[in-house]
Amino acid sequence: MLKTLKLRIYQGKQYIKDIKNAPMREQFRGYPIINGERIDEAICPLGAIKNGPISIDMGKCTFCGVCERKSEAVKFSNFYKLATTDRKKLIITKDSGSEEFYKTAIEVKKDIKRILGKSLKLRQVSAGGCNGCEMELNACSNVNFDMGRFGIDFVASPRHADGIVITGSITENMADALEDCYKSTPDPKIVILTGACAISGGIFEDSTKINREFMEKHRIDLYIPGCPIHPLTFINAILDFLDIKS
Amino acid sequence: MNWLITENRQRINLKDIEIAEIDEIRKEATKINKRPIGFFGLRLDSGIRLFIILADDEEGKLYVTSSIFNKEDREYESFTQYMEKYHIFEREFYEEFKIEPKNHPWLKPLREHREEYNFFEMQGDEIHQVAVGPIHAGVIEPGHFRFMCNGEKIYNLEIQLGWQNRGIEELFKKKHSNQLAESICGDSVIAHNLAYSNLIETLSDRKISNKSQIIRLIALEMERSAIHIGDLGAIAGDIGYLMGASVFGAIRTLVINTMLEISGSRFGRGLIVTGGVNFDIDKEMGEKINTVLDKVSKDVERTMKTMLEAPTVISRLEKTGTVSEENAEKLGLVGMAARASGINIDTRFDFKDKWYKDIENKTTKFDGDVYSRTRLRYKEIKQSIYIIKKFIKLLQNYEKEDLIEDNEKKLIPESMAISITEGWRGEVVHIAITDKNGEIIRYKIKDPSFNNWYALAMAVRNNGISDFPLCNKSFNLSYCGNDL
Repeated sequence: MLKTLKLRIYQGKQYIKDIKNAPMREQFRGYPIINGERIDEAICPLGAIKNGPISIDMGKCTFCGVCERKSEAVKFSNFYKLATTDRKKLIITKDSGSEEFYKTAIEVKKDIKRILGKSLKLRQVSAGGCNGCEMELNACSNVNFDMGRFGIDFVASPRHADGIVITGSITENMADALEDCYKSTPDPKIVILTGACAISGGIFEDSTKINREFMEKHRIDLYIPGCPIHPLTFINAILDFLDIKS
Repeated sequence: MNWLITENRQRINLKDIEIAEIDEIRKEATKINKRPIGFFGLRLDSGIRLFIILADDEEGKLYVTSSIFNKEDREYESFTQYMEKYHIFEREFYEEFKIEPKNHPWLKPLREHREEYNFFEMQGDEIHQVAVGPIHAGVIEPGHFRFMCNGEKIYNLEIQLGWQNRGIEELFKKKHSNQLAESICGDSVIAHNLAYSNLIETLSDRKISNKSQIIRLIALEMERSAIHIGDLGAIAGDIGYLMGASVFGAIRTLVINTMLEISGSRFGRGLIVTGGVNFDIDKEMGEKINTVLDKVSKDVERTMKTMLEAPTVISRLEKTGTVSEENAEKLGLVGMAARASGINIDTRFDFKDKWYKDIENKTTKFDGDVYSRTRLRYKEIKQSIYIIKKFIKLLQNYEKEDLIEDNEKKLIPESMAISITEGWRGEVVHIAITDKNGEIIRYKIKDPSFNNWYALAMAVRNNGISDFPLCNKSFNLSYCGNDL
């Protein structure tokens, strides 16, 4: 017991105090900055880059950095607040800098803020990804990121949840289970897509084994890009969405 | 019949692989009793060609042969009835090609089962079933577990997987890339991408610099230590020792954030590319890694010692979820799960590798319970840190070498190659076959979870159902690696 207490004191406090302004390591590949007129579209293994004028779809991008290495036209910044409430805004063009993007990316809705602003319980459904986003979502609740301090938690049942967080491209095999989970979540509820797979199908987009009907049927409230998403991207997305000032 | 004997990461001509009678192969395979690592079909115009690849861990050799099923051949005598370790391979083969292995004791669907699935059921007034999944209570991948219990005690667990099936092998045929390899299984990014890159380099006869080879292995060992540390935290969490859960979680962050500093991704995405690596570990970065690892090593040791001194911890870990050596051998377990049950196989050391040959691999005898798997992880964290430090030192000799060899080449036609990498769970096997134009016509992936899921089902027998999460975490198997 004494040893355990000693260990506790030795470890101290490790949480990131100001999560909204947490510094990010410069090597992190976040918001892409476009600086050029033309690019070879084929260099992107995901097909996320288009010409005329150059655009990058952060909903498809895995932030692998191939375009940055093979072309002068793209440079990844370490800006990590990438989430938006509008799918179209994820398509980045030459004129959109990270600050401008962030200013308008998330539209705060009064009702959501009023109903969920003080406590948001989420049910996570993993449906055909790679477990990368799941690991990062788990990390959101560890002692470093400590998302629970804002009243945001993952819960064990959709019945206890205010919304669902989807990861993965949604396989044919998981489509029914996801639909059931959605129906089991009481209204009002929100739907959050996490990672490139969930937003666009990502690297699995061309697979015959995925079924994305869910996206056509239901309203999506928040898109959080990444491959996988960084915990700071996820937590800040939720804080901004709920208009929590930390 | 004759086996074609080859090695890890060696290109073989397709025409050198013998086509033998399936019954004859079965008799030979029973006689030599080696471990299968590949058992998959290739569609031909005239039927199906089944490839069988066995591993000889003592000699570090691979045995390859094949057999042809014509269109009218719908069945053969199963291998599983003589050697249990083929069970999962034959199920997979049957599911894909509908050629039935006769007398297979458990010929159930592996990944496709949305229509109808008959679970193993027990009769009796006191027997009850518990169904869990596909969506689980935590933030975990999907899978369905069906327990047959008497009170708290589990008699049988049946694990139904396939929910994550993304058709990844077909995607490799359409368009293969490092990004796709990294997404096979997101907790083994480095292991799968390394297996893929080695395979493509072998098939196109591309040599890569010593420097990039070492950087790749540093990343592989970092991935191993990071996951093991995280899993020690998860094990601690499942027995209610929250101090362990918090502290190991924080220590893991140190390792993966260092990975971020190397490669721009916490899991090392974008680091390995066919032809080499994209990011350097220079002298300064090497020193940084060493400093972090010193702290990690110290903190892990301190936390582990404190944790294992608590009798409440030991009483939950010891003799919980035991897989005996005999069962592990029969089921053909691989990697960490096999080593924890006393079978010392490790493809890093068993198969010839120029970088691992000078590293001493002290083997410890473990007994197959959760306590063994916990101690094994601790041992492997220390070993990985030792290896990383050694490799960082070694890197100095190759400072001037290139990171990437930019001589991209086409794949050599009508060939096959087998690439094995020891990820943190165990052997990750990638196999590819090319046609006469050098296009990939078959891509086969075997994640260690494919072999090891059955170990979990065995481990929980006669244990309380409340110990299931603990047993599960002690293995931490991959759903997507199995489902592909």
